[in-house]
Amino acid sequence: MKQITTPITDDVIRDLKVGDAVALSGMLVTGRDAVHKWMIETFIKKTREPQGDDLQVYEELKKLLNGSVIYHCGPVVSGLDTKEYKFVAAGPTTSIREEPYQADVMKHFNLKGVIGKGGMGAKTLKGCEETPAVYFHAIGGAASYIAQTVTKVHGVFKLDFGVPEAIWVIEVKEFPVVVTMDSHGGSQHAVIEASSKKILEDLLAR
Amino acid sequence: MRDLTNEILELIRRTSSSLPPDVEKRLRESFEKEQPGSSARGAFETILKNIEISRANSTPICQDTGTPIFYVHYPVGLSTIKLKGQIRSALAEATKRSYMRPNAVDAIYDKNTGNNLGGDDFPYVHFEEVEGDDLTIELMLKGGGCENVGRQYSLPDNSIGAGRDLAGVRKVVLDAVHKAQGQGCAPGILGVSIGGDRGSSYIKSKEVLFSEMGTRNADPKIAELEERLTSEANEMGIGPMGFGGATTILDTKIVGLSRLPASYFVSVSYMCWAYRRRKMTVKGEEVIYD
Ligand code: SF4
Repeated sequence: MKQITTPITDDVIRDLKVGDAVALSGMLVTGRDAVHKWMIETFIKKTREPQGDDLQVYEELKKLLNGSVIYHCGPVVSGLDTKEYKFVAAGPTTSIREEPYQADVMKHFNLKGVIGKGGMGAKTLKGCEETPAVYFHAIGGAASYIAQTVTKVHGVFKLDFGVPEAIWVIEVKEFPVVVTMDSHGGSQHAVIEASSKKILEDLLAR
Repeated sequence: MRDLTNEILELIRRTSSSLPPDVEKRLRESFEKEQPGSSARGAFETILKNIEISRANSTPICQDTGTPIFYVHYPVGLSTIKLKGQIRSALAEATKRSYMRPNAVDAIYDKNTGNNLGGDDFPYVHFEEVEGDDLTIELMLKGGGCENVGRQYSLPDNSIGAGRDLAGVRKVVLDAVHKAQGQGCAPGILGVSIGGDRGSSYIKSKEVLFSEMGTRNADPKIAELEERLTSEANEMGIGPMGFGGATTILDTKIVGLSRLPASYFVSVSYMCWAYRRRKMTVKGEEVIYD
């Protein structure tokens, strides 16, 4: 298993290939549907005026995300009353919902990867080649285990999106993931989709 | 009537944090079948470790604690209004204690209610009056990721040559497994219902998931189709998380309903490996958890 710590360099990313198991450490940020939509509309396509603390959060995010990764995750968090946040359960959510946004968000913030489950499509794969970045697949449902790799919750932005949708800034130690899309155009998802399709066709013909 | 809020809270805690033994056993067997060093084997390893950690710490197996689906079988004379109230309070308390994630989002206004209680439909509670004195409450947590890959087919489906018979049912179920790939957190369990209207068909495809792993339909013809579908689905090699591997589907359960002459629906509910279901029985003063 490869040990990688954020911030990650382009060389490290170019070295990663589909199938590599990685233990990821360092600072990262959670973001799912509401966050991606908000990033695109407010800062990338600029179809929406920044409101409230949007610009402040944006400045913070630019620093945090440069060379780091976004984790597609809607966690269960304890300590909401006291603000002594702790991740209780934090497995990945389905990534494909961010397909329309991901490549642009990657390039805009110089992300070196995203973590999620289920893989992503052609647009994101191209984004991975260009940025460069990779798709790290976490184990869907392994929520208690992954929460234990979160050693510290540094803070939260946009809590008004709701706990699962907010931007949580976390530090992880040896978060287990597998590279399923690399920066050379390789996608395990495309390979398995095609090979299983062939077998399905045989089965349907029986 | 006795207040069961605390006992129901305990049912929720158990369901969310402790996977039933029959499911865990099947996962362990599947782990053994994957190649050493493969991503598939690694995925099973993480899954099994996670099951242990969740149980030891009373933390959710998965952060998506899903749609809470309650099935209540109650003796004559018990108030379902009161029971429903107790179920709702227990769920709100379980959410406060982080056994559950606040999961009820108002679909029109896009607001999370924060306490896991939506309108009358969330949590989903089904009541059935039964003979005898025992009250049983079953709970299943149905995650969103796997719910999203569920499918309903109206047969005939010419796109894959599926006619209105069991051969057609086989084809659409295999098609559903292929379309799901790893997205429903494979390895999964299939609940399949044949017949009904669009609504009843989906409901029964979930209800059948309350039965234990390996429970076969009483009709040998259907039991055989269940076995065959599990093994053919696995031939596709999608594997845990869609990484590729020997196990994609852990079990298949089929139920047949009445249909209208004009309709032939097949509904496939996909349950992820985090197959959380538990039961409590109230016998007089005693409360037994399975
Ligand atoms: S599909 Fe199941 S295991 Fe996967 S994230 Fe959803 S609830 Fe969790």
